[in-house]
Amino acid sequence: MSGSKADLTAGRRWPLRDLQRLALFMTRRVVALFFTVLVGVYLTIFFANMGGRVDELRLVQIRSTVAEQVRADSAFRDLASDERNALIEQRVGLEVERLRLDEPFIWRSLDYLNQAMRLDLGRAEQMHSDQGAREVYRIIAERLPATLLLFGTANLLVFFSSVWIALVLSRHYGSLWDRVVIALAPTSAAPGWYYGIFLILIFAFLIPILPAGGMVRVPPPEGTWAYAASLLRHMVLPVAAMFISSIFMAIYSWRTFFLIHSSEDYVEMARAKGLPPRLIERRYILRPTLSPIVTSFALMLIGLWGGAIILEKVFNWPGLGTLLFQAIGYRDTPVIIGSVVIFAYLLALTVLLLDILYAVLDPRVRLDKGGR
Amino acid sequence: MSAGREILAPLRRYPSALAGLALILALVVIALYTLVAIPYPKALELWRGGEAWQMSPVNARPVWTAWLAGEDLPGTRVVRSSDAPSEQQDFDGVRRLRIPLEFDYRHTAFPSELNLFLSAPQGARDAFVRLTWETPDGRYIPLGGHQVSGEERISLSQDWSLEQRLGRVPHVGLLAEPGDPSAPAVVQPGRYRLLLDAILFDVDANPGATLAADLVVYGRVAGLAGTDHRRRDLMVALLWGTPVALAFGLLAAVGTTLTTLVIAAAGVWFGGWLDALIQRLTEVNMILPLLPILVMVGTLYSTSIWVMLGVVIALGIFSAGIKMYRAMLLPIREAPYIEAARAYGASDARIILRYMIPRILPVLIPTFVTLIPSFVFLEASLALLGLGDPLLPTWGKILNDAQAQSALYNGYYYWVLEPAALLMLTGLGFAMLGFALDRVFNPRLRNL
Repeated sequence: MSGSKADLTAGRRWPLRDLQRLALFMTRRVVALFFTVLVGVYLTIFFANMGGRVDELRLVQIRSTVAEQVRADSAFRDLASDERNALIEQRVGLEVERLRLDEPFIWRSLDYLNQAMRLDLGRAEQMHSDQGAREVYRIIAERLPATLLLFGTANLLVFFSSVWIALVLSRHYGSLWDRVVIALAPTSAAPGWYYGIFLILIFAFLIPILPAGGMVRVPPPEGTWAYAASLLRHMVLPVAAMFISSIFMAIYSWRTFFLIHSSEDYVEMARAKGLPPRLIERRYILRPTLSPIVTSFALMLIGLWGGAIILEKVFNWPGLGTLLFQAIGYRDTPVIIGSVVIFAYLLALTVLLLDILYAVLDPRVRLDKGGR
Repeated sequence: MSAGREILAPLRRYPSALAGLALILALVVIALYTLVAIPYPKALELWRGGEAWQMSPVNARPVWTAWLAGEDLPGTRVVRSSDAPSEQQDFDGVRRLRIPLEFDYRHTAFPSELNLFLSAPQGARDAFVRLTWETPDGRYIPLGGHQVSGEERISLSQDWSLEQRLGRVPHVGLLAEPGDPSAPAVVQPGRYRLLLDAILFDVDANPGATLAADLVVYGRVAGLAGTDHRRRDLMVALLWGTPVALAFGLLAAVGTTLTTLVIAAAGVWFGGWLDALIQRLTEVNMILPLLPILVMVGTLYSTSIWVMLGVVIALGIFSAGIKMYRAMLLPIREAPYIEAARAYGASDARIILRYMIPRILPVLIPTFVTLIPSFVFLEASLALLGLGDPLLPTWGKILNDAQAQSALYNGYYYWVLEPAALLMLTGLGFAMLGFALDRVFNPRLRNL
């Protein structure tokens, strides 16, 4: 207690030093995470290339581009077909050499890694973005906001309501509501899409009051407000599905966590002093437990990225998950690999966010010479 | 045994744990029954569909839904020529057959389809059959003539010209009270007859030649589970889904937990660069998205459930659990009994496997139990994405079929609800047991 107080005053006296340490810590984490992503993406490329699929893909791509170029060029229009084919072959050979496709995979994998890290994800085979672009990066970038909107909303909702309800329940533990929540906690074994199916069944077909899927009405309504209202209506069911699937477990674990912490000696002491319960909650229970709370929030985020794919598919939500699903349908490998890379980036960003919050919340992290 | 009793005795205090155990036991019994009743090759063959199911209706609801709703829905009925009093006349090498296929129809709902399966001898000239439909009130509706050679299916429901004549779909129009086609159809109850007038040629060469005919009046309900769009009985997949789900969940949970545990223990015990390497690998693994990678493997290599299981375990080796186990194992490493083991010369492997891991095993059992349903749902998720096992019937594949056929939109609720209910029961069973075990093994939670 006294130690942290000394740290705090030290922080106040030299806020610059504190900031410096924070910056140092952040830099270290960013560098570490960069290498983590590097290794992760490299592993992904390595897995994906194991059957030589990526090489085949690129060869097909090169051949089609070259053939198109030769065919479109008016200078070659009068060539006989076998001469033209020979020309195409020659150009393909040049291109293969230029792209070093004749070199061993190990060297080229580094090249792929470089491309993937710069988000130069190549061109899709079959798919294209709504604006008609064939670049995988554009296709993904177009879908990302939808995913972020849906999952951001659901996660924040689950997080804040679970922490708040858990606090209330830990105050009245053993009450009827408390027992109801404990009894309902095992229902979180099922993922969001599972509840989504039921919600669609009930609210879109049995009592048709909400849309069964999609992101906005078709055709999209005119005007920002009408658009937002339609979007909101379409978001209700998927958000509710995610909410139902994770809320009880979240409340249960927070409640247990708060109960354990509210039996700590310093909390008992504060109670004995006669401090108001709200102050105890805020200053004596929530403040010291803030970093584990944030950790679990970030871990929940990481877990939910995975569930996103199927939930989006069930609700026909035009996000990354649906994209990945469509890519499976088309067997469009560049898009699939690109999505994996993007997911890896998203996860790394989540981890980074976690680190930043951690350092801000927990003075020990940044004062301990920036290490862990 | 005594250890088992030690765990079971406190569990008795938790009714939810007993309910969970009962659910798991029931699922295990179903799984064992399935393995005996429908052997693996038979299950694969049944689920491949085709010929085996031609006598069962498309998308028929389970029988019990009709009871619950209090509706009078017909089951499937097959009227066979072998049971019918057929007449036979021979002259000049030509055989004339009259086969009346009769059946009573007294339901208020119409059948879902009408098909006639014919089997005639294959000869130089095809047999000829003329069909007449006779209603209870004595109307005769000619259904036209057909040339038959070998096995043939006459799909009465898809006879377009008949539909034009009746003004309704044939399986409704043929059984309805006559009247205005635009009014809702009402079943005319009574005895129907399909009269087959057949002529077989060249019977001298084949004196036993005859025509076999099966009239199938497809119902609207079938069996305890209903059927899907390819006429397959869903029961096959519901039953076979049980052992598959349990095996996948259990193997994946055991595989990931054990490997993670051993690696965490080795890292803690040896320390140094090995520990650092394991830590870094865990961090890398944390940003590798499991589901997209599974999707990638499924698309590029194989969707076999065992390949998926392998990938799940491989990616689970360096899971985030390592950090937790490390924190638990670090103090154990310094425990006096480990020092004692070192003093008597125990090998590294012995210390890790016999002294360190067993010490934290009980704490992990609840996590392990609650991990199983998440893998069961993972399998279903993959199947829902269309990456289910190509051969085996599983719960997820039923859901995938149902989604692909817009089951909810078309009102085939049973198709979604049945596999969903089984998934939920599995999830609840393991989760309830796991939660109770958590309280038993973590005494700090017990008083809460």
